[in-house]
Amino acid sequence: MFYREAGQFRTSYAQDSQILPLRQDRVGMAVLLMAAALVPFVANAYWLSAILIPWLILSLVALGQNILMGYAGQLSLGSAGFMAVGAFACYNFILRVPGIPFIVAVILSGICAALVGIAFGLPSLRIRGLYLAVATLASQFFIVWSLDKFAWFKNYDPAGVITAQKIMILGHDFASPREKYWVVLVIVLVLTLLAKNMARGSVGRGWMAVRDMDVAAEVTGLSLLRTKLQAFAISSFYCGVGGALFAFAYLQTVEPSAFTIELSFRILFMVIIGGLGTIMGSFLGAGFILLMPIFLNVFFHTVFGKSVDASIASALEQIIFGVMIITFLIYEPLGLARLWQLTKERLRLWPFRH
Amino acid sequence: MLSNKILRRGWSGVAAAVAMWATAAMSTSAMVQQPEQYFPVASMRVGPYNAMGTGIFGGVIDYLNYVNIKHGGVNGVKLVYEECETEYNAARSVECYQRLLNRGDQKMLLWDPYGTPLAYAVIGRVASDNVVLAQAGYGRTDAADGRVWPWVFGATANYWSQIAMKLNYIQQKEGGIDKMKGKTIVHLHIDTAYGREPLPAMRQIAKDWGFNLIEIPIAPPGLEQQSQWLQIRQAKADWVTFWGAGAGMSGTAITTAARIGFPRNKIIFVTFGGAEEDMIAGGAQATDTNVVAMVLPGKQWPLIADIEKVLYSDGAGKGNMQNPTRVGTIYYNRGVIAAVNYVEALRNAQKIHNKVGKPVNGAEFRDGYEALDYTIEARRKELGIDGMLPPYKLTCRNHEGAGTFHMMRWDGAKFEIVTKDWMGANDPKMIRQLIEDSAEKYAKENNITLRDCPN
Repeated sequence: MFYREAGQFRTSYAQDSQILPLRQDRVGMAVLLMAAALVPFVANAYWLSAILIPWLILSLVALGQNILMGYAGQLSLGSAGFMAVGAFACYNFILRVPGIPFIVAVILSGICAALVGIAFGLPSLRIRGLYLAVATLASQFFIVWSLDKFAWFKNYDPAGVITAQKIMILGHDFASPREKYWVVLVIVLVLTLLAKNMARGSVGRGWMAVRDMDVAAEVTGLSLLRTKLQAFAISSFYCGVGGALFAFAYLQTVEPSAFTIELSFRILFMVIIGGLGTIMGSFLGAGFILLMPIFLNVFFHTVFGKSVDASIASALEQIIFGVMIITFLIYEPLGLARLWQLTKERLRLWPFRH
Repeated sequence: MLSNKILRRGWSGVAAAVAMWATAAMSTSAMVQQPEQYFPVASMRVGPYNAMGTGIFGGVIDYLNYVNIKHGGVNGVKLVYEECETEYNAARSVECYQRLLNRGDQKMLLWDPYGTPLAYAVIGRVASDNVVLAQAGYGRTDAADGRVWPWVFGATANYWSQIAMKLNYIQQKEGGIDKMKGKTIVHLHIDTAYGREPLPAMRQIAKDWGFNLIEIPIAPPGLEQQSQWLQIRQAKADWVTFWGAGAGMSGTAITTAARIGFPRNKIIFVTFGGAEEDMIAGGAQATDTNVVAMVLPGKQWPLIADIEKVLYSDGAGKGNMQNPTRVGTIYYNRGVIAAVNYVEALRNAQKIHNKVGKPVNGAEFRDGYEALDYTIEARRKELGIDGMLPPYKLTCRNHEGAGTFHMMRWDGAKFEIVTKDWMGANDPKMIRQLIEDSAEKYAKENNITLRDCPN
């Protein structure tokens, strides 16, 4: 009843090729953006710094992984390694280039991660599927190892755990959770818009052609070298920016052990559960994988409190989380984004059922 | 359809849970009449360090409950706690820190996550949050300099003192410092901030004494150490200081050392990786392994015996440990002593700020923690901990306390103490100088003015 196209005519090419052609979608997006911008005024520091900021940052990284895995079809397990490159590059740029603006440092660290991504993406020209996953696994371990081994990256700090510097933009120190949230929100929104447009355009169509049948893509004139390396570069850029934000706006420490293989796997799961090949899926998957364990922990402590032994409660949380993932993938293998798409299709017909 | 039936049944279950939760929440809020002091417990009950987490935090929770039951709290102020699972993961522990920071209108007084990377993750924000970071024997070593980190404490000792004590023990066994020249000592460690923490002090002592230091890292979780131990055999090491954590890693180390024939009595385990659970994981081959103790194990200490009587015996069922035989193990006793620190600091804070019988805030608690004093024998006996930990007191400048330990030997079933008295570094002044140099360097890099400390 509410979600109908009737009466909305698109009279120019610009109108026809916009991201949100339906007025209802545009209104909904505007409301969402307003809420996202204004939520720091109602949310307390815990919600901002422990829930919203890591969700946004990991959505950005999941977006990078989705570009590589969902759109370009290149299986990669190295996202946490590229995050580490971004984090350490940002730290070193701010340390060694006095007065560099934070945004410029973040962009440069993304470019560093992109260069590393291109280097480790070269095997994708020869191998595919699980074999490529193993090669990118090597990138994860190599990057973390070399950041530990070469003390130059950590400025010869004896402990190996460096405190991230302050976020200074235009002379203002963005220290409070609210300000950090806005910085992260702006960066994530800009990069998401870019990703959506890339995915809709010829760049994205090139990736999807390589994903679906790369031999046919090559036959039609698409350069596999350029397309695959471009996918690796852009994906690593996103992961690098996400890593810099992870270290500066969330953890406030820069250490290689925060970017382990487990984080790579979690990002992989975020993309799979969220929906491969969708932009919305990165956000939904990141929310699920990041927030469900926290929600289960809070739920158990609130409902059962001290009556159930905490060790049992903690073990139960992990079991329930695993069971949820399995159930999910059985009922909807295409992920949360597909569920959202089905909901929208149902809404188009509501209140009718078909 | 089956899924519809499940969903319908499920809704009633969810409704029941919500009703239960609502009544629980309402009843707790109605019962607050006695003044309360809130402590957070950031435990790790799952994951590779769960033996450590369940033992230590079980001890902490047991002591808090014991004080409530036996003494009615601290001068009438009931001790309450909230738990959160960190899984020894820095990102989860930051989330726990944020979640436990406020409980109603009370803020948490301290944060003691029992993980060096977890301590590093919050060390930058405790000062502005007015939360004491009570790194009980772990964490950032140069925080022992209270002039740079007024909110961070490291009682009873830190890792540099610990490695210096181990090297001191080694040189005593070898017959003197001059006999150390040319010897090979391997620091076999897990490749994290925790494993690398003692290296600066170790390198300095290696330079001073002339022994050959080989640093061999093990990638976590460290369940495969064949290549590292072969490297140790090739280097013909004389001693190995093992800095691992997690029963799997410790057990693997012992069995692999046995396999390549390295004598177990030349391996020294660290306080956080050498407990009964780790030795038992090594099986019969663990006999003769040396372990450093910051707090002595055992049930003979009056406090531990009393806790067992009040909380566990006669089916009291008030203890937190699922396995009551773990009362008196090393991790449990460490947890109890950590909680003794919290309670004594709270008592000091109430006395210093004239708030006896009332809850204190973070700054007052910090003053109370800095006034911790275990040098008075009568007080130690009153608490029931005389002999369990070294006598020490914290000062404005010295946030480490004692820096002394005992060496223990695993005899196959339990630990026996081999050192006669609490032993520290051979040159404690040199270690202290290293700490102060490192702290001053950090203060200069981050524009921190040093606190003016008289002592």
